[in-house]
Amino acid sequence: MKKNLVIIILAAFCMVFVSCSKKEEPVKEEVKQEEVKKEEVKKDYVVGAFFAITGKFASLLGEPERNTVEMMVKQVNEAGGINGHKLVVHMEDTQGDNSRAVKAAKKFIGMGVCAIVGPSRSGSSMAVIPVVQKAKIPLISCAAAESIVVPVAERKYIFKTPQKDSDAVRKIYGRLNKKGVTDVGIITGTTGFGNAGRGQLKTLAGEYKINIVADETYSPADTDMTAQLVKIKNAGAKAVINWSIVPAQSIVPKNMKQLKMDIPLYQSHGFGNIKYAKLAGDAAEGIMFPGGRLLVAKQLIHHHPQRPLLMKYKEDYESTYNEDASTFGGHAYDALLIVINALKAVGDDPEKIRDHIETQNFFGTGGNFKFTPEDHNGLNTRAFDMITVSFGEFKILGEW
Amino acid sequence: MEITNQDFSNLLQYIFMGIQRGSIYALAAMGFNIIYNSTGVINFAQGEFVVYGGLMMVSLTMTMNLPVPVAFFFTVLFVMLIGILMERLTINTVKSPTVLRLVIITIGVSIFLEGIAMVSWGKNSHVLRHFSSSETFEVFGAMILPQTLWIIGILVFIALGFILFFNYTMTGKCMRACSINRDAARLVGINDRKMVMISFALSAGIGAIAGIIITPIIQMDYGRGTMLAIKGFGAAVVGGLGNSVGAIFAGILIGIIEAFGAGYISSHYMDAIALFFMLIVLFVKPSGIFGSSEASKLKEF
Repeated sequence: MKKNLVIIILAAFCMVFVSCSKKEEPVKEEVKQEEVKKEEVKKDYVVGAFFAITGKFASLLGEPERNTVEMMVKQVNEAGGINGHKLVVHMEDTQGDNSRAVKAAKKFIGMGVCAIVGPSRSGSSMAVIPVVQKAKIPLISCAAAESIVVPVAERKYIFKTPQKDSDAVRKIYGRLNKKGVTDVGIITGTTGFGNAGRGQLKTLAGEYKINIVADETYSPADTDMTAQLVKIKNAGAKAVINWSIVPAQSIVPKNMKQLKMDIPLYQSHGFGNIKYAKLAGDAAEGIMFPGGRLLVAKQLIHHHPQRPLLMKYKEDYESTYNEDASTFGGHAYDALLIVINALKAVGDDPEKIRDHIETQNFFGTGGNFKFTPEDHNGLNTRAFDMITVSFGEFKILGEW
Repeated sequence: MEITNQDFSNLLQYIFMGIQRGSIYALAAMGFNIIYNSTGVINFAQGEFVVYGGLMMVSLTMTMNLPVPVAFFFTVLFVMLIGILMERLTINTVKSPTVLRLVIITIGVSIFLEGIAMVSWGKNSHVLRHFSSSETFEVFGAMILPQTLWIIGILVFIALGFILFFNYTMTGKCMRACSINRDAARLVGINDRKMVMISFALSAGIGAIAGIIITPIIQMDYGRGTMLAIKGFGAAVVGGLGNSVGAIFAGILIGIIEAFGAGYISSHYMDAIALFFMLIVLFVKPSGIFGSSEASKLKEF
């Protein structure tokens, strides 16, 4: 028995050693390169970025985000950098894991970055807030939950680019009001995003006189939501709201079709990746969700103020990576754009960057950002359009 | 309380949902048992066999457009080959195979296979066409997918094949002999190493079948293996490790308990209810529902 224990402990040490040594190496090299360059040219602007690039449930978020950031860094540096300073972004993979996110944030702080972009998930964002606040480095999260930037007094250095989940709920409830639907069933994923959405759905229901007749959940690894949907059906719901960001959300429309439930299905803005619609196949037809305009850029009227930017990002992304652009990549685009704007204006002092972000007012992929000391998200319900799935593609749902 | 038609059709709906979930746990549990019987090891790469079955089937039918039966055959063959390779390269080469060492090796193989799947099939979820129609039909008010019937049918078919193989063929009997007493089996001239290899091939094949039949319903991605393995392992333990009838019974029971838990109590506690049930079983009868406590004392675990 003793022998076995020794083996286990040795194995554990080996694993820790291997995983540590792997990650340290490239960074050291980059730091060395920087030191050499410092003597020759203006010093680099160093930014940290971390996303859920791999990992079971969030890689559809993190991958486009990483791609977007890498693409932007290349574009900026090819155009001569920011006021002659080269932009260097250190990338870390959180794997969607909160403790890894905290580790990465600490690493960035140790490296002396002037701003941090990411992480992808709401849970990870909440986990890194204390660390980043203490280090007084501005962080622009790419995650949706409103609680990331509220209350703003305790989130002095925290900003975020995705639209607020409360605004998404308002958009859906507003539409339900117009349609005269009051009884809804909600089904949410048990992730940070899903839990935050569930909270908002319940909090705002009273304001919009919505009656939640069934409140169900599913885990990201779940494979079948029939039981939950049967309960919603029996509770007499007139519409279903499915709030989740993981691939499992595509099973809900499939199961609804199997159960021959013909009440409308609303999804959250977490549905904003055409892959999710494709996974659900036929069953996705007619799903409605509030989404950023990036998904429907081509359908926007020509003088829409967001259109040129959206089209450029979409074309750049799709030609570079040969895959559809998603709103998640857009969130990273906006986040890095905010940092670049600030670097251009005030240089790389974290405190000055923070102050500058609170004054920014510009069009990004997410909408018209108007940051103020009271609003660290800068978007409102107008950042969303109601989008539907029609013939396997996202379409703007006409004004309502 | 009066039982209405509505209540009955709900009950039926939950039962079918439970059987469909449970069949997969049962197949995964059977895979665990075959290898456990021949080596005394829990093969934690079992979930990966399911994933590879599903993903390979997706490639063969959705991109290469092979007909379902042909693709089915090649997929099972392919995954069995992975099972054989795994045994030959990692298990067979260990000089002094203690149970603990082998278990750790299977965990390593599982992580390795998961990585390979991620690189080859990407991180996306994949969809697979249903074997027949994807339209549901109604039975006493419950909506049932034809695929569910396929799953149940194939489970029954495999269970029968299993019984025939282990009771009436020479290879099957040899494998049973090895699992009862390896040294004695060697003495009468059975090649025990070959039996271990066959057990890996069989268990990989069953895993592949589980993956193929469930993918149209659940979508498959590279990371699903761990969860499937854990649930299958749960079913194997509850049914009594090494006992295949127990595995099928326990798998379906766990599936139905999950479905009832979600339907009648709360979906928030669905997993908790299933795990609670497993704990109760293990407290009351640590050797599992069908396991013999005498036999389990002789095993390493």
